Amino acid sequence: MKNLSWAVIAILVLGFIFLYGPIVSLVIFSFNTSKLVTVWGGFSTHWYAQLLRDTEVLDAVSLSLRIGALSATLSCILGTMAGYILARFRIFTGRIIFGGMVTAPLVMPEVITGLSLLLLFVSMEDIVGWPRGRGFLTIAIAHITFTMSYVAVVMQSRFSSLDISLEEAAQDLGARPWKVFFVITLPIVFPAILSGWLLAFTISLDDLVITSFTSGPGSTTLPMVIFSRVRLGLNPEINAMATIIVMLVALGVMVSTLWLAYKEKQRQRDIHLAIQANQ
Amino acid sequence: MLAAVHRLPGAPLLSSILGRLGFSQRAIVVAVPYLWLIAFFAVPFVIVLKISFAESIIARPPFTPLFGEHGIDLRTKSYSYLFHDALYLRAYIHSGKVALISTLLCLLLGYPMAYGMARARSTLRTALLMLVILPFWTSFLIRVYAWIGILKNNGVINNILIWLGIIHEPIGMMNTDFAVYIGIVYNYLPFMILPLYANLEKMDVSLLEAAFDLGCRPLKAFFVITVPLSLPGIIAGCMLVFIPAVGEYVIPELLGGPNSLMIGRVLVNEFFENHDWPVASAVAIAVLLLLVVPLMIFQHYQNKQAGSAA
Amino acid sequence: MEIQKSPLLQTENKFQPWVRPTEKPYIRIEGITKKFGDFVAVRNVSLNIYRGELFALLGGSGCGKTTLLRMLAGFEKPTEGRIFIDDVNMAEIPPYERPTNMMFQSYALFPHMTVEDNVAFGLKQDKVPPKQIRERVAEMLSLVKMTPLAKRKPHQLSGGQRQRVALARSLAKLPKLLLLDEPLGALDKKLREATQFEIMNIQDRLGITFIVVTHDQEEAMTLATRIGVMDQGQIVQTGTPAEIYEFPHNKFVADFIGSANMFEGRIVEDEPDHVTIAAPDMAKKIYIDHGISSAPGAQVWTAIRPEKIRLTKLPGNGSPPEYNYAEGVVKGVAYMGNLSIYLVKLDSGKEIRVTMTNETRAAESPIQWEDRVAVTWRSNSAVPLLS
Repeated sequence: MKNLSWAVIAILVLGFIFLYGPIVSLVIFSFNTSKLVTVWGGFSTHWYAQLLRDTEVLDAVSLSLRIGALSATLSCILGTMAGYILARFRIFTGRIIFGGMVTAPLVMPEVITGLSLLLLFVSMEDIVGWPRGRGFLTIAIAHITFTMSYVAVVMQSRFSSLDISLEEAAQDLGARPWKVFFVITLPIVFPAILSGWLLAFTISLDDLVITSFTSGPGSTTLPMVIFSRVRLGLNPEINAMATIIVMLVALGVMVSTLWLAYKEKQRQRDIHLAIQANQ
Repeated sequence: MLAAVHRLPGAPLLSSILGRLGFSQRAIVVAVPYLWLIAFFAVPFVIVLKISFAESIIARPPFTPLFGEHGIDLRTKSYSYLFHDALYLRAYIHSGKVALISTLLCLLLGYPMAYGMARARSTLRTALLMLVILPFWTSFLIRVYAWIGILKNNGVINNILIWLGIIHEPIGMMNTDFAVYIGIVYNYLPFMILPLYANLEKMDVSLLEAAFDLGCRPLKAFFVITVPLSLPGIIAGCMLVFIPAVGEYVIPELLGGPNSLMIGRVLVNEFFENHDWPVASAVAIAVLLLLVVPLMIFQHYQNKQAGSAA
Repeated sequence: MEIQKSPLLQTENKFQPWVRPTEKPYIRIEGITKKFGDFVAVRNVSLNIYRGELFALLGGSGCGKTTLLRMLAGFEKPTEGRIFIDDVNMAEIPPYERPTNMMFQSYALFPHMTVEDNVAFGLKQDKVPPKQIRERVAEMLSLVKMTPLAKRKPHQLSGGQRQRVALARSLAKLPKLLLLDEPLGALDKKLREATQFEIMNIQDRLGITFIVVTHDQEEAMTLATRIGVMDQGQIVQTGTPAEIYEFPHNKFVADFIGSANMFEGRIVEDEPDHVTIAAPDMAKKIYIDHGISSAPGAQVWTAIRPEKIRLTKLPGNGSPPEYNYAEGVVKGVAYMGNLSIYLVKLDSGKEIRVTMTNETRAAESPIQWEDRVAVTWRSNSAVPLLS
């Protein structure tokens, strides 16, 4: 590091210890034989075996994954449209309101979003008879609504940085607007959509409060199961689950880092190629 | 695969039909997300507002209708309840206090971290950024849970301190406001660091060099050049922490004691335990009123950022 | 136009369709105005461009040249006026159906497609049979000498190569009109000069009508058959590069194209074969060898190019001439190799620029700092301007 004072470096190090210490301790104690979790009683993978036999957890995982996949996909479609609108349509009636509605869910306290959606679903059921009861569908609608904001923000910045003359060039060469979008715009921004999808999927998997408001009997997601158990105190099974989640995330990050490094190497090679070709 | 999508007869056909009906393609693209947000974001707030002016009854739905037998039936009982029961006022003030202190703590820890990251070598910078974002991808609930194991009486900290012989009795850290601060700072720190980092990284280092060149000492230059220029980042970071922290439910529920009543907890209790929908709605409206100013600051910043990006 | 009297422009059998009154224009721009809110980007522009021309729209940034180009391509709708290409009104024709193609300033190469696919893109939109597409793409790539790199992606190319691919892509459909937005703007100076000639060659071989937008007057002069100089949304002068340089219509053009010394004055006499002008900055009257049909006493500016002025050291031998004469002191000399630039402060206080070729070696240069010099020019060198 250049010209960084020791104080800054110390805070940086402490900050990262603060961020990672708790996660490390979770992982360590997941291999503890003792049910007391934080009192070491020897190494064991017992809790992992128990976790994998826990049908309540497994059902919740499956429900969470299904809701996550559906809502991430739909919120990508809506969020991409919203991001495109915000980046490209400078003026239209209600643009300010639209912008507000897109970004507000990012910071809105979850209890309020959850409550308002629940009251909406209840009122809708009373008035139009749909959606009947609460469960998969209502949770998915709620998740789409608040995850699409994240996708919209990602896509807005992607579309803003996209050279508009690419789309004009395609039109100029004879492609109609719809075709321009599908053949030029979409493939170019596809990586951003993919990361938007991952973001929406993760947030959906992780949500507890809004889900609790909009779920009904029989639709218990993974965070709901974790919450109900954690409330009662430490639980070694949860440690095991946490470790699995951390490992999955770490694996994902490692793969994507390697992939990015590979891409970067390729890019360097391309630059080299371009320079060579110039001579 | 993507290239094949435009060949689907649906999209262009639909657009040409709608086009003939007088809707432009642009209008269609705007309409879909707009209507979704109106239906599932705007309308729900109107409903919350409506119910907050009702009274709780034992029926289904458990509140008095807005359009009663004698025309519009507005009842302000829920709101007067909020003002007369000291519990709500206390929870209100306490939420504001906890959110404010946690935000300041986040800023205090996050600013030097973001600064250090922004000034680090570019190879290191990407890695550090990754390290800040990484915990965000793991479960929020589990990150809160991790602190239970650390803070409780036979948790990691107390065990270590007792083992070292520094203390003999465990320090009671769980179920206190201290635990709530730790929990909020821990979980929201990335939201503080990221906008700050984005801002500081863009800053032109030659501005500082110019300040040094003109005789300004480093520490002073930091306060008169770096800090003012990073103000948008500071504001964005603070809003991203403060606003959700005010309504935080999970952290005080798991880490706080029975006394750390925050407004989010009150709302959930009113709704799920007392089944008093009007009061829960009134609490929600009151929280929103508390957050109107911060939300507007956040919006303003978002718009400005979007404007400069284009 | 008085310009056509000049012997300089009487060269026959050259490509000059605009001088033949029977020639029909290929592109007709009729009274085009474009407003963005209150801002008028293009103001009542009318222009005829002929088949096979390489027409340059020249002007500073914000003069409306790019807006005019984008209206031709169909990306902007004119607020008023009409555009005809080959007698077809373009008003209701969207960009993807126009017989024009554009080469973008940023090149706008599709980053996810190879060079080949980029060039083929336009043909594919027209559902040209694959075999024909292959042939045309190969032809275009060899035209711009990019055949060996056909399989590369845009980011694997240098700036100059990208420029050629963009050119090939916009040419592939053999449009009736090719629009080029600052085609050489992103290239460095050496490459720019080489590419200028390449573009001229290609245009000549394909016979496609080109309209080039540029802010670089040198580029416009080299490339164009005719130049339209734009200022504040209007075309202030149209003509061949030589016409525009030698006979600017007004002070803006004289100043924008090359550099000019400007003398303010009043008409003394205006006859069919000469004008004399009294300019306070000159010791003697200005004499110009053709008439401009104006009222005596009218205000007029006389533009004289730096290279058309002669400096002689004082005291000289012989008496000073009757016209086009002033005296001054050299206040600066910049040696540029092939020529030198002199800054001369006239006795009136006005400073002028003079360039003279270095026929003798620098060390022997007779005119130095603080030398007193006589400033003269020939009667056919200066241009009188009424606005």
